Amino acid sequence: METFLGLDYPTWWFLVVGGLFSGYAILDGFDFGAGAWHLFFKKEINRRIALNAVGPVWDGNEVWLVIGGGALFAGFPIMYAALFSSMYIPFILFLVFIIFRAIAIEFRGKEEMKWWKKTWDILYSISSIMLAFLLGVVLGNVLQGIAIGKDYIYQGSGFFEFLNPYALVVGITTLALFMMHGAIFLLMKTEGKMYEKLLFLLKRGMLFFVISFALMSLYTFLYLPQLSATFIEDPILFVVPVLAVLSIANVPRLASKKKFLYAFVFSSITIALLLILVALELYPNMLISTVDPAYTIDIYNAASSTKTLKIMLIFAAIGTPLVIAYTTFVYITFRGKVQLDETSY
Amino acid sequence: MEVEILARIQFAFTIAFHYIYPPLSIGIGLLLVIFESLYNITKNKEYHILAKFWTKIFALTFGIGVVTGIVMEFEFGTNWATYSMYVGDVFGSALAAEGIFAFALESGFLGILLFGWNRVKPWVHLVSTIGVFFGSMFSAVWIVVANSWQQTPAGYHIVGEGIHARAEITDFWAMVFNPSSMDRLFHVWMGAFLAGAFLILSVHAFYLIKGRYVELSKRAFKITLVVATVFALAQLESGHISAEGVAVNQPAKLAALEGHYADSAAADLYLLGWVDEVNKKVVGIGIPGGLSFLLHYDFDAPVTGLDAFPEDERPGQVNAVFQFYHIMVAIGMALILLSLLACFYWWRGTLFEQRWLIRLFIFAALLPQIANQAGWFAAEMGRQPWVVYGLLKTNEAFSQSVSANQVLFSLILFFCVYSLLLVLFIYLLDKKIKHGPYDDSKDTDRPLTESISKVFTKN
Ligand code: HDD
Ligand code: HEM
Ligand code: HEM
Repeated sequence: METFLGLDYPTWWFLVVGGLFSGYAILDGFDFGAGAWHLFFKKEINRRIALNAVGPVWDGNEVWLVIGGGALFAGFPIMYAALFSSMYIPFILFLVFIIFRAIAIEFRGKEEMKWWKKTWDILYSISSIMLAFLLGVVLGNVLQGIAIGKDYIYQGSGFFEFLNPYALVVGITTLALFMMHGAIFLLMKTEGKMYEKLLFLLKRGMLFFVISFALMSLYTFLYLPQLSATFIEDPILFVVPVLAVLSIANVPRLASKKKFLYAFVFSSITIALLLILVALELYPNMLISTVDPAYTIDIYNAASSTKTLKIMLIFAAIGTPLVIAYTTFVYITFRGKVQLDETSY
Repeated sequence: MEVEILARIQFAFTIAFHYIYPPLSIGIGLLLVIFESLYNITKNKEYHILAKFWTKIFALTFGIGVVTGIVMEFEFGTNWATYSMYVGDVFGSALAAEGIFAFALESGFLGILLFGWNRVKPWVHLVSTIGVFFGSMFSAVWIVVANSWQQTPAGYHIVGEGIHARAEITDFWAMVFNPSSMDRLFHVWMGAFLAGAFLILSVHAFYLIKGRYVELSKRAFKITLVVATVFALAQLESGHISAEGVAVNQPAKLAALEGHYADSAAADLYLLGWVDEVNKKVVGIGIPGGLSFLLHYDFDAPVTGLDAFPEDERPGQVNAVFQFYHIMVAIGMALILLSLLACFYWWRGTLFEQRWLIRLFIFAALLPQIANQAGWFAAEMGRQPWVVYGLLKTNEAFSQSVSANQVLFSLILFFCVYSLLLVLFIYLLDKKIKHGPYDDSKDTDRPLTESISKVFTKN
């Protein structure tokens, strides 16, 4: 197989897709997290501030999902097709909640009636929670493998097969992680009473995350021993989980010193490291078949032609700096504490 | 019902709904760029007010366009798994390019377009507006390229067999510039400009009839009218070029567009008609031999008809294709007529006295919307029974592992959610329009020029 800088093209593209999904998890992670806390703020003004903290950026964050999805489709069409058709119901629900969340942000401020705002507040918060949770559920299913049969066709049955105990645990942990991440983001954006309240919420959030994370790790270790195989074969890679744990521990430390920018950086790094961990556990597989290992989808049988992967890598090389440049520009323009004006939500 | 039918209904429903919004965003985007550039050049506050007002409506159409578009992107995987595996190599790269080059540009600058009026300098704001507009134009590029590839595949070869067969790119640029992509891209772009322009004309016509924001609306109406006229005329030419392309690349579709059955005979061009699919005849009024003339400049030239194709390789619903196509063309003519008439009165200096015409413009906003939908339905239904023309049939393309129940569930869910979206959209659009560009109950809010012109014109 052809290689570039020592890695074959499917591996390169695996890294690209992984990078895009990590970017997505970090970015939409904080705005799902912020949304999950929404109902904890009682005053109208605070809810508006929370909403406008994500106001100028949430749409840009979702673009990472769009690009990640496109990249998966382009590079690993078989994985794209198998994953989305076998996880049909969770993805449809995900799409519906994406819609609800967006319209809640758009429409909440358009009327003054109490019931109007309240309805959108509830929808906004529930859909943020469900989005984080569903992402985790899908991840949980991917980690434990699904019933992929011959010709990459899913053989599982039933509407609710995706809701198994392991997937639920991963779902809850993801929600907890994003809530912690979102609270830190909001702390950078707020002042006064709201800030005090968030300090309190963040403590709860961190506790929630640490407990669920410990539970998930234990569960993974006992229930899916094959996932740890990579690390036993290649002990050097143990660095990653160790770093992940250190980075998690660093978040409360920085938060207690009120260095929220750094805490945010570390909660972002935590998300990235956890996803790298997932990637290492799986690579070179992507979707493990629980029916027969021969049906497992890996980066080689799922990949597009080398030619397409090369073209796409060129696109990615041109596109990534551009995307990062616009993103930075927007975050710089809207840096600092939220200020409401006539154009706010 | 079967999975295939349900999946097709779901795709048609969700894409048709999505396609209400992108054309508006692209079209309004063009006019935002024009208004804002005029503001930067002339420093006339009226243009600033116009740009700000239409930005608010843009935000609305854009928002709904985004969320319904995300649904589209994942629907290929959920409902059309076999298709996705077959075309992923080709189609996926277009979709990924769309994400990287178009959507990122759009949403990167969107924050500044919507919330940055008081934060950045006017020219930086203008650059952001242009960025968003180009982003939306580019997203049309890639998606139309992808769709055109499935209409007229090029630059690929097929590897593997049976269920494992798939198309792989051999020549990227041949794939991008496949025989129909550029014709259709221009047609789609201009359809979008028309959708945006006619909405703006409609709203300002409404103000003119109500006697609100009169000077501002006259100015906006004239500028937008220029845009509408240019693109209404160009759309006729572009449609004609598309039809010539269809005649070469998708003869079965062309035959369906005019309901032409006979194997090899002169074909008629209908103004109105009804296809009798049983007797293979069209009842209607039209020009005998008209289609032959348009294609070959000869009324007697033979055109391949539907009978030349085996039963299972031609569109199933000829009459529907025919009707959608004729609705689009009729609307195209109507738009030309309407905009030329308005230009004529403008030239005579009596445009705003023709209240009947201005009233017509209030309702004309619906016409390009209908034409856009009808055009896509004609193009997509005319492509049947193929998903990828000549290569993969629709009835082989859907997800094998998804059950009818699941698709029915998602179809009903989308139907409910989209109905809610539509109601909210109309309600808020109406509210924004009634609220207007500025608060006209307070004199102090008016732009200077309007109150001065009132002194001169006394109305
Ligand atoms: C003529 C142009 C056109 C056409 C034919 C389509 N779209 Fe679209 N789409 C747009 C033009 C557009 C747009 C104007 O660029 C939108 C509207 C608002 C926006 O953000 O971009 C958009 C939004 C949009 C988004 C959200 C992007 C974001 O988050 O910013 C996605 C994922 C898609 N579309 C995908 C599709 C798919 C899969 C289509 C076909 C099956 C499709 N669109 C047809
Ligand atoms: C945005 C405007 C579009 C509209 C209004 C539209 C309309 C439709 C309609 C009505 C159908 C159903 C046809 C039938 O079942 O008889 C359909 C099917 C389909 N279209 Fe489009 N389409 C659009 C754009 C696209 C684009 C841009 C693509 C791909 C790039 C695409 C790909 C498909 C596919 C995969 C199907 C399902 C298979 C099939 O029934 O052919 N469509 N579309
Ligand atoms: C004025 C006369 C017009 C003619 C002769 C014409 C011709 C055509 C033809 C032949 C197609 C099919 C192309 C294909 O399948 O490859 C088409 C598609 C389409 N038309 Fe038109 N058209 C006209 C006006 C309009 C107008 C006014 C609009 C919208 C405002 C419009 C919007 C569309 C759209 C959205 C499509 C589907 C995309 C595509 O296939 O290009 N058309 N048109």
